[in-house]
Amino acid sequence: MRRYGDFDTAEDAVQEALLAAATRWPQDGVPEEPRGWLVQTASRRLIDQWRSERSRRDREALASRQEPPAHEVYGEDDTLTVLFMCCHPALTPASAIALTLRAVGGLTTAEIASAFLVDEGTMAQRISRAKRTIEASGEPFRPPSPEERPARVRLVLHVLYLIFNEGYTSTAGAELHRAELSDEAIRMARLTHRVLPDDGEVAGLLALMLLIDARRLARTTADGELVPLAEQDRTLWNSAQIAEGTAILDDAMGKPPLGEYRIQAAIAAVHDRAERAEDTDWTQILGLYELLEQLTDNPVVTLNRAVAVAMAEAPEAGLLVLASVDERLAGHYRLDAVRAHMLEMTGDTEGAFLHYRAAASRTTSLPERRYLSMKAAALRQGGTEPPAAA
Amino acid sequence: MARYLMGVNFESGVVDTPMEEWKPGEIQAHLDYYRALSQELRESGELVQSEILTGPDLAKIVTSDGTTPVVTDGPFQEFKEWLAGFQVFDVESEERALEIAARLSAVPGPDGVPTQQPIQVRRVMDDRIDDAEGMHEYLETAAGKR
Repeated sequence: MRRYGDFDTAEDAVQEALLAAATRWPQDGVPEEPRGWLVQTASRRLIDQWRSERSRRDREALASRQEPPAHEVYGEDDTLTVLFMCCHPALTPASAIALTLRAVGGLTTAEIASAFLVDEGTMAQRISRAKRTIEASGEPFRPPSPEERPARVRLVLHVLYLIFNEGYTSTAGAELHRAELSDEAIRMARLTHRVLPDDGEVAGLLALMLLIDARRLARTTADGELVPLAEQDRTLWNSAQIAEGTAILDDAMGKPPLGEYRIQAAIAAVHDRAERAEDTDWTQILGLYELLEQLTDNPVVTLNRAVAVAMAEAPEAGLLVLASVDERLAGHYRLDAVRAHMLEMTGDTEGAFLHYRAAASRTTSLPERRYLSMKAAALRQGGTEPPAAA
Repeated sequence: MARYLMGVNFESGVVDTPMEEWKPGEIQAHLDYYRALSQELRESGELVQSEILTGPDLAKIVTSDGTTPVVTDGPFQEFKEWLAGFQVFDVESEERALEIAARLSAVPGPDGVPTQQPIQVRRVMDDRIDDAEGMHEYLETAAGKR
């Protein structure tokens, strides 16, 4: 669009380019510069289209005026535009994720399918459908207008966070491609940060990803079993990445208004700063959760604040905070898990056992279920009650 | 995204007549409905797996203490309770899973009347660790967006 200024034609060309990418990359392999290639292909197809529409004289006149710009000059801005398009409000999160990974991430359909545990055909359908949805929306290939921009940036950040989360929460035994997802999310967040350096939440998300990803190796055992934060071997944390994330966060804090990603990143930074679990500054974490709670009306934030209260003050105080979200989080396994932990801290082993068992039966995560079952079993050691099934 | 298994047994819903007694056109309509629905859900990228199981006649029960296994015919549960087939869907939300199940249940029988066959919906467990510090997954469900 920047080169040709023809909205409709540019939009068609990008659609075709995305389609070309989808069909050629599996055969030809991903080009070294997928982003540049995408825009180049779009440009080529535009030229093809015009060749069939104009007279030879017009074509020659047009071609002589065009000069292919250097990759570095336009690559990132146009990639960001493609990213905005992929994170279209009409798409479901799953569709936006798949399309983003395909068009911006440069992953093959097979790689994306493998990461999301579906077969290639299913994933190909999702991506096609996503493209058709964008086509049907009539969205031209251009960056969002100043009015649209904040909402669209939020969408991009959300999709990138979901991709990161998908990669980060996969277990150690999973496919290599799932770790690649977190890396891909970080790469795209870096790109977004480079193009939008004044957006504090973009920087906040990048910092959050770096600070959380830094703990990756310590988070699971080789068998994919869960290692909670308090028990992690912190020598396995990536200190260089922690330093980088902290620096980006510090810089971003100076760009009001403060948002959720930066506060979450700050909480992660406080955890990452502690050499041992017992050195964690829970008072500061508590303050940050209080801030986050003011920004979002989210009971899970209150749940996490309850944990901070239990650690900074006393478990009894934490239990009081929990009571305030009993209704809103009823039946959610994490409420039982957190309550169980706090009851264990107060010495109520019977109550803790019941809630660990309830949490184990309600979680949909296998590693979590094993962890919670073992916690319940440990409390029952020597008792007559059999441990919960793993 | 979460995966759900939807199972169908031999419970008939509101239709009492066995399929052998339906008119051929009715059987065709029944199969066409399933075919069209599967096609639609394959194209949407939601249908992951679809299996029809062989019947109780071919079923076996195997038990073993680590030495020679014991193989018998069975299990001898009521015929109606036998799992006839299942499909696995990968969907955005439980609401969507239930929506699909409702369409499966409404497959037509004699006179084109929806059979209302019961569909058992089971969430498939995830190999993933739930994200303890992040909340955005929950944010979405809490706000009713999924």
